[in-house]
Amino acid sequence: MMDAQKNLYREEAYELLAVLEDALLELEQHPGNMEVVGKVFRAMHTIKGSGAMFGFDDIASFTHTIETVYDMIRNGRLQVGKDIISLTLKACDHIKTMLGTIQGEEKADEAKSHKLTEAFRKFLPQKEEETPGGMGKSLPEVASDRDAGEAGTTYRIRFKPHQDLFSNGTNPVPLLNELRGLGECSVICHLKGLPELQEMDPEGCYTGWDIILTTGSDANAIQDIFIFVEDTSDISIEPIGCILQDEDDLAYKKVGEILLERGDIREGDLEKALASQKKIGEVLVETGVVKRSQVASALMEQEQVRGTRKKHLAGDETSSIRVPALKLDALVNLAGELVTVQARLSEFSARENDPDLMGIAEDVEHLSAELRDIAMGIRMLPLGTTFAKFKRLVRDLSSELGKEIGFITEGEETELDKTVIDKLSDPLVHLIRNSIDHGIEQPDKRIASGKPVQGFIRLTAEHAGAHVLISITDDGAGLDTGLIRAKAVEKGLIAADATLTEREIHKLIFAPGFSTSTNVTSVSGRGVGMDVVRSSIESLGGAVEVISAPARGTTITLKLPLTLAIIDGLLISLADESFVIPLAAVVECVDLTGADISRGHGRHLIKVRDEIVPYIHLREVFDTRGKRPEREQVVITDLAGKRVGFVVDKVIGEHQTVIKNLGHLFKATNGVSGATILGDGSVALILDIHKLIQQAEVDDAA
Amino acid sequence: MTKKILSVDDSASIRQLVSFTLSREGYEVVEAVDGTDALDKVRSWPVDMVITDLNMPNMDGIELIKALRSDPAFKFTPIVMLTTESVMTKKDAGKQAGATGWIVKPFKPEQLVAVVKRLLV
Repeated sequence: MMDAQKNLYREEAYELLAVLEDALLELEQHPGNMEVVGKVFRAMHTIKGSGAMFGFDDIASFTHTIETVYDMIRNGRLQVGKDIISLTLKACDHIKTMLGTIQGEEKADEAKSHKLTEAFRKFLPQKEEETPGGMGKSLPEVASDRDAGEAGTTYRIRFKPHQDLFSNGTNPVPLLNELRGLGECSVICHLKGLPELQEMDPEGCYTGWDIILTTGSDANAIQDIFIFVEDTSDISIEPIGCILQDEDDLAYKKVGEILLERGDIREGDLEKALASQKKIGEVLVETGVVKRSQVASALMEQEQVRGTRKKHLAGDETSSIRVPALKLDALVNLAGELVTVQARLSEFSARENDPDLMGIAEDVEHLSAELRDIAMGIRMLPLGTTFAKFKRLVRDLSSELGKEIGFITEGEETELDKTVIDKLSDPLVHLIRNSIDHGIEQPDKRIASGKPVQGFIRLTAEHAGAHVLISITDDGAGLDTGLIRAKAVEKGLIAADATLTEREIHKLIFAPGFSTSTNVTSVSGRGVGMDVVRSSIESLGGAVEVISAPARGTTITLKLPLTLAIIDGLLISLADESFVIPLAAVVECVDLTGADISRGHGRHLIKVRDEIVPYIHLREVFDTRGKRPEREQVVITDLAGKRVGFVVDKVIGEHQTVIKNLGHLFKATNGVSGATILGDGSVALILDIHKLIQQAEVDDAA
Repeated sequence: MTKKILSVDDSASIRQLVSFTLSREGYEVVEAVDGTDALDKVRSWPVDMVITDLNMPNMDGIELIKALRSDPAFKFTPIVMLTTESVMTKKDAGKQAGATGWIVKPFKPEQLVAVVKRLLV
């Protein structure tokens, strides 16, 4: 069977399973909806039918019974209930595993297939078992050679044909191609025995091959390929070891690492030593023990084993196009460089005042802006898929804990950089688990406190300036400040007599090793969660905030920067220096007159459109020298609904800002998030208005 | 380019099975009833592969293989022989004569296709 077709089936099946899962969750809400039942039936039917055609006989026979059950529901002969839905969801998971089996990654559990099938049979009257048309009989269990307990084994195959290989019409190329068809395969050719040209028999075979093959097929299948050349070649097939066994190796540390950890050597020492050390392969080649191709072959083997292991650890990704993140980063970087050059071109053309040149500069400006948007867009993904995953989490966990919880998501269309989304999943799982376990109370307790039995968790995402806010809100018991305080004292996090505001106490839940749950459940309570959440969000340049009211619930807000490499900025100047304010946060610009200042009576307040807006004087913040201009300008920004003005000398205009990091030395600099290079080659700092506002609030309070 | 395969067998049903199976896979198949007929056909119709039975009247498979191998034009052409499991000595004789591979009768169409793919680039 063609591999491409199998892959096609697999893709299709994964899609169908996603549809199925959605439909099942919907069915749980509206058990009487026959349209949804039909959807479930059709998805199952397609998975089954195509499975048999493409050689996935195990899946076909497994889905058969489930299909029968849904056929009965469809015909109104069986009532759909929570038990059936739960069972079907489990079956979906199992089918996923079975699909993965063929990829040679994991061995499908036949016992589990059997158990689930039996569970479904219970819903069927004895004679009704063979109902649905088409494939009437249940398919026999086909034990394919992949099930031989050799899932994802890597083999080292050495294939050295004798010199007379070609004389019986054998061509080694299709053999190598066939091996490639079995799995992930790297081939390296050895030319060790190649004689000088004048001594060579043009009809003789002098080459040999080393093949590293990772496959779900067993050694017999590989042996089979070489069946016609057994007599005319030397062939060895050795397993290099199962992936699972090799995982232990990950734990081994190299001696240099251990010395470094113990502080016996410094990092510099280690690097120097490593640099002076020759690679073992090079040494062997130099001394003439082995040929370069043999070393290359060994390295290839190492690479493949490593790659397989990594893939194994990475788990089940089903996205259809996979591009290394590095390539995307390179694209975004190049787009950034282009924008910088374009800015220089525009400035130059404006100076030359040549209409032709200005025309070209304008075109380049449009194109580079478009390129920038597209390059950024490739990395942007809506949060919807991430959010959808949590539906299942909430459902499973709440039923496990005997709680009734509704789950609401908002703002699924909000887009974030993929690199940020990837790192967001784990923290969100932690937070939602916490809400389910610690937040929402048991039903009896809820009734006692006059709340509806069903609690809810709301997961929302929204843009706020140059940030995305993701909030998890529950209507549970809220944080118990007394308990948190007692625990913090007990753990030595705060002094027993410390005076803390409520907000400060709430913040303690993010301290390392803190947990208020008296019982460590399977769900949460090990006290690692919140600490890890905070540090991983901070590593993304974000922040975590918690707001809680007793008996009303808790809201935890993750504030994430868009962390884009390029943003639209507003260029402003102070004396003769330029700064950039992220344009996304800017609402409007107004003039600050002497009259405004005197009206403020010494306070930094300005009246804009009948609204009093506080402002921050950037000259004061940055200690700018020189005389204040007579007419200053205020850039009004909006962060999460809060308006704050920034007083600058002059607003220059919009600027496509390529963000450059400031480097470690300036990491502690407050109020500046990066720098950018302007068209004339000078540097402008990018203002972190969020930090500036925070700083101003602190100063104000002091 | 379409690969051409010569099917040599005195049994019409085998020839037909080979012809049908391989045509479906996109190969061009010509049939010959025995060794002599085969040598005749390949002279006017050069082929990329030969699939031959061993037991045939006039000229048998072993002789055909020898004859083809001695012709420089067919020195490297893959030749597959169809054998029955019981006659292992025949298989060895065929290998000696220069056969590239073999298929044991009875065989399934898929087996035939697999062998052809294994030998033909």
